[in-house]
Amino acid sequence: MALAFSEESEAKFNELVSRYPNTRAALLPALFLAQEEFGWISVEVMDYLAERLELPPSQVLTTATFYTMYNKQPVGKCHVQVCTTLSCAFRGGYELLERFEDRLGIKRGESTPDGNWTLTEVECLASCGSAPMFQLTDSKGNMEYFEDLDSEEKFETVVKELESRLPNLPDPRDMH
Amino acid sequence: MEELFLSRNFKIENGHTLPVYESGGGYQRLKKALNMDSATIIDEVKKSNLRGRGGAGFPTGVKWGFMPKESELPKYLTVNADEGEPGTFKDRYIMELDPHLLIEGCIITAWTLGLRYGYIYVRGELQFAIRRLEAAIKEAYAKGYLGQKIQGKDFDFDLYVHPSGGAYICGEETGMIEGLEGKPGQPRMKPPFPAVVGAFNAPTLVNNVETIAAIPWIIERGGEWWASMGIEKNGGPKLYGLSGHIKKPGVYEAPSGVSVRELLEDYGGGMLDGSDLKGYIPGGSSCRVMLPDTLDALMGFESMREAGSSLGTGCITFMDHTTCMVRIAGRLAHFYHHESCGQCTPCREGSGWATKVLDQIENGNGRMEDLDLLLDICDNIEGNTICALGDSISIPVRSYVELFTQEFEDHIRRKGCPFPAWSLRSSASTRAEAVAGAE
Repeated sequence: MALAFSEESEAKFNELVSRYPNTRAALLPALFLAQEEFGWISVEVMDYLAERLELPPSQVLTTATFYTMYNKQPVGKCHVQVCTTLSCAFRGGYELLERFEDRLGIKRGESTPDGNWTLTEVECLASCGSAPMFQLTDSKGNMEYFEDLDSEEKFETVVKELESRLPNLPDPRDMH
Repeated sequence: MEELFLSRNFKIENGHTLPVYESGGGYQRLKKALNMDSATIIDEVKKSNLRGRGGAGFPTGVKWGFMPKESELPKYLTVNADEGEPGTFKDRYIMELDPHLLIEGCIITAWTLGLRYGYIYVRGELQFAIRRLEAAIKEAYAKGYLGQKIQGKDFDFDLYVHPSGGAYICGEETGMIEGLEGKPGQPRMKPPFPAVVGAFNAPTLVNNVETIAAIPWIIERGGEWWASMGIEKNGGPKLYGLSGHIKKPGVYEAPSGVSVRELLEDYGGGMLDGSDLKGYIPGGSSCRVMLPDTLDALMGFESMREAGSSLGTGCITFMDHTTCMVRIAGRLAHFYHHESCGQCTPCREGSGWATKVLDQIENGNGRMEDLDLLLDICDNIEGNTICALGDSISIPVRSYVELFTQEFEDHIRRKGCPFPAWSLRSSASTRAEAVAGAE
């Protein structure tokens, strides 16, 4: 199936390209836009961007694989990224990660088979004063920080909130 | 502090919007600057003793002086908002809670140095900050503060937000420029410096968010006034992010040259109940660790160096008596190994090797000769890489080995770690309460 941006994304894409003196500079924001639209960054998506930005596919590949936020494999509808760098480690970052492991029944780095959740351990998210915390990225490309999760109750409240969002989120595996 | 500057709008309702920003005097400083000439503004910035707040501490006015006056290519402003140094979380607050302060600073900077385009390079994880900045930029265009013929002057300036893709190394100025150009963030050799050959091969100014956010205030009240809130060579109020085993983690505004003890006790609420201070990292995890007997050191670039570490970003991580320094060193080495861009062998291989040796000691498989080995690895990384990330591994690792030698030896002798596992340590404060509010 040939990929194509939706009308809305197409307008955003053109606006992004207009911000820079050359098309290559638009690659980082364009990869985010493509991830939002197509769910994840497959080789097919990279080729599509290469064509649209008139770049050699190798340039798109080297950039897409250098940065951690572009998912080269599909992730769950809710991608939970728990920080365990120093300030978070001091305030329960590892316990938060383990709570998620127990609650979701997966280990860090894994996804649930139903495609709902992916759990990742990440490095410092500049939220050191509100540790422990995690970042949520949903399959519509929205990101959100959940901070000060220093009790079982707060953790449960947040997980229930996210569970209620799941029915309205597309499964990245089906997005292209 | 009685009057707040960098964090003035943090607790004001809708402080991130243009009408509220303008009602507090916002964009009047731009109008004032547009009636000042370039040399006068640079002189005020020099007088202010403003130093680069991304951690390097280079005098801002001097850096501005390096920008060529004439250029065939359009000159660029790039604002480094790729805040990723562990323990550092101050720029995020400016972007989220007072984006117009940064934007006004960008426009004044562009006017002063004849910069045509600006990019605020924000780490991609900070989507909330990106959205706030983009909304604020839109407001500023609508009011004629950005775009062509700004405020009727012969001055065009366009400002954009550039999201990074998740890479610590893009906080290094040339790594950031590579990321702006759509490439992997692998730092460039210097010279040439960005002021000569930067983004898109054009002269480029690179400044940190907090540095640029200081500019409107310096224009409003003058360089000498700014310098007066500080100590020798370190001017102006500054944002300090306090985290770790303290009662009130958060971002606080205080003068340059405040002591670590004041920050800990008067702002951070002191150590958690039952916690004794064992050490602290003064300005992000790449700084040397400090012992409690240095608490009276002043937060300035020279004073922190004399005290045995560096000011860095001014965001302090406090560690209590339950903290295992071997584990910290291993965790940090792991971080830098993860974030090494992979260009230079000493950094790429040395960081992984150091991580393995440190984990081995922590897990009870260490050998006494490992301590010399660690120092030897540090020697072979330091100064042998294109950018400072290599030093960011060797400097802290060396400091933990040197200052806590006994603890390392103890791990090796008893074949394991005597400290408790990382654990949840709660405190009363939450982010909303702790931002920018001293007791």
